[in-house]
Amino acid sequence: MTDMLTQPRPIRLKGRSFLALALSPELPFEDWLVRLDDLAARSAGFFLRRPVVLDVDGLDIDKTELRGLVEQLGTRNVRIMGIEGARPSLLGADLPPAMSDGRPASDFEMPSAEEAAGTARPEPAIDRTLAEPLPATAKSSLVITEPVRSGQSLFFPEGDVTVVGSVASGAEIVAGGSIHVYGTLRGRAMAGTPGNAAARIFCGRLEAELIAIDGFYKTAEDMEPDLRGKAVQIWLEGETIRAGTLG
Amino acid sequence: MGKVIVVTSGKGGVGKTTSAAALGAALAQNGEKVAVVDFDVGLRNLDLVMGAERRVVYDIVNVIQGEAKLTQALIRDKRVETLYLLPASQTRDKDNLTPEGVEKVIAALKKAFDWVICDSPAGIERGATLAMRHADVAIVVTNPEVSSVRDSDRIIGLLDSKTLKAEKGERMEKHLLLTRYDPARADRGDMLKVEDVLEILSIPLLGIIPESMDVLRASNIGSPVTLADTNSSPARAYFDAVRRLKGDALPVTVPGEKRGFFGKFFGRKAA
Repeated sequence: MTDMLTQPRPIRLKGRSFLALALSPELPFEDWLVRLDDLAARSAGFFLRRPVVLDVDGLDIDKTELRGLVEQLGTRNVRIMGIEGARPSLLGADLPPAMSDGRPASDFEMPSAEEAAGTARPEPAIDRTLAEPLPATAKSSLVITEPVRSGQSLFFPEGDVTVVGSVASGAEIVAGGSIHVYGTLRGRAMAGTPGNAAARIFCGRLEAELIAIDGFYKTAEDMEPDLRGKAVQIWLEGETIRAGTLG
Repeated sequence: MGKVIVVTSGKGGVGKTTSAAALGAALAQNGEKVAVVDFDVGLRNLDLVMGAERRVVYDIVNVIQGEAKLTQALIRDKRVETLYLLPASQTRDKDNLTPEGVEKVIAALKKAFDWVICDSPAGIERGATLAMRHADVAIVVTNPEVSSVRDSDRIIGLLDSKTLKAEKGERMEKHLLLTRYDPARADRGDMLKVEDVLEILSIPLLGIIPESMDVLRASNIGSPVTLADTNSSPARAYFDAVRRLKGDALPVTVPGEKRGFFGKFFGRKAA
């Protein structure tokens, strides 16, 4: 016993995000369940083995009604992994845990009626949509046609930022996706800020004060001097910032 | 209705006050009515540069606080009769400039004058933002060195966001006035090149004023350089800048370079 206690091996805890299906039930639940049954009848096994989150935001329900709904879904083989948008008082130990800070992703493609009727396996179409990693981040982009002036700070966590002009010394751009600067990048560029290591920085001329991708950064002093003044792209390889000329 | 021009820079000591006085005097010599307004409350200098320091009775703060009428505070220049100065207060601080007060003063000046030139204090605080607030045109005074250029860039950002024009969704007309340009130092590569400054700031060039002892001499005798010696090189550069300001497509020449060569590249109309 004591031997086991004196050799504590640390348990590693890691955060990880997954794509889940979010179901938003509507009141009255009876009608909504009928519609759900209709959908399930057209595409057998759609909810099977899928992580499903129940979004009850804005619904005026009590604990009993919520528990009833989760049970109803359980009988239909829809297993709820978490509940979003519920008041803490609604959730007890017998209900799935509360989930928060969900980011919207693209809609799941529902198999059409004829597809479900005609072919025995509608899975391939669904698998394809599931394989796309959070396409929402790639959807939005911001295009700036004016020069970004010193002291200006551009924060766009939703996606890519494109600047047609230059980014001045003392200006900064923070983007969730990649940063494209067609003029000279003299200020700071921070790409892929919410954990997007695939983001890149592109610039027509590199004179940057600081560049960063997914939290890894390089100041002007650490950058290869022969890349200064050139058209450059910058990306992340593991934990190392790499840079190379364009064209 | 007159046109309101703000002469601004962000950085201090680059030549805002010198330029405001020189441009004002140059405009007034063409017979147009010009008011030059000092916004540097607490650190006024325009009265000295214009040689009116011994005639100041009331100032802009007195007008804003209702202690004096605008006509009482305006000082007419002794050499050019269409040139007026509205001095700043030296004893108060910039908090005495209220947005409503400034708006009233500028509106009244616009009615009475062809040009209202606001000499902005350095910095990006109250005095500077109020000086630019009602402007139709901005003249950004910059020296060919990195800190001045970066501060000017910051000011251009504010001109595009914090002015009345910007808030109405209109575009502020901006011009670059490159001052204290030293051809000898430019030859040695000790200064930023004109094209580099233009590339960084990307606004049209209104003129290049050479570094000159004439500027210092003029300010010591309390005279705008465009009045002290109309044939000096800085005075001629200011007269050319005024012509461009009025829409003349006059090519810009870099002091010390062969005349006309540079104009091919940067001689576009300053609009």
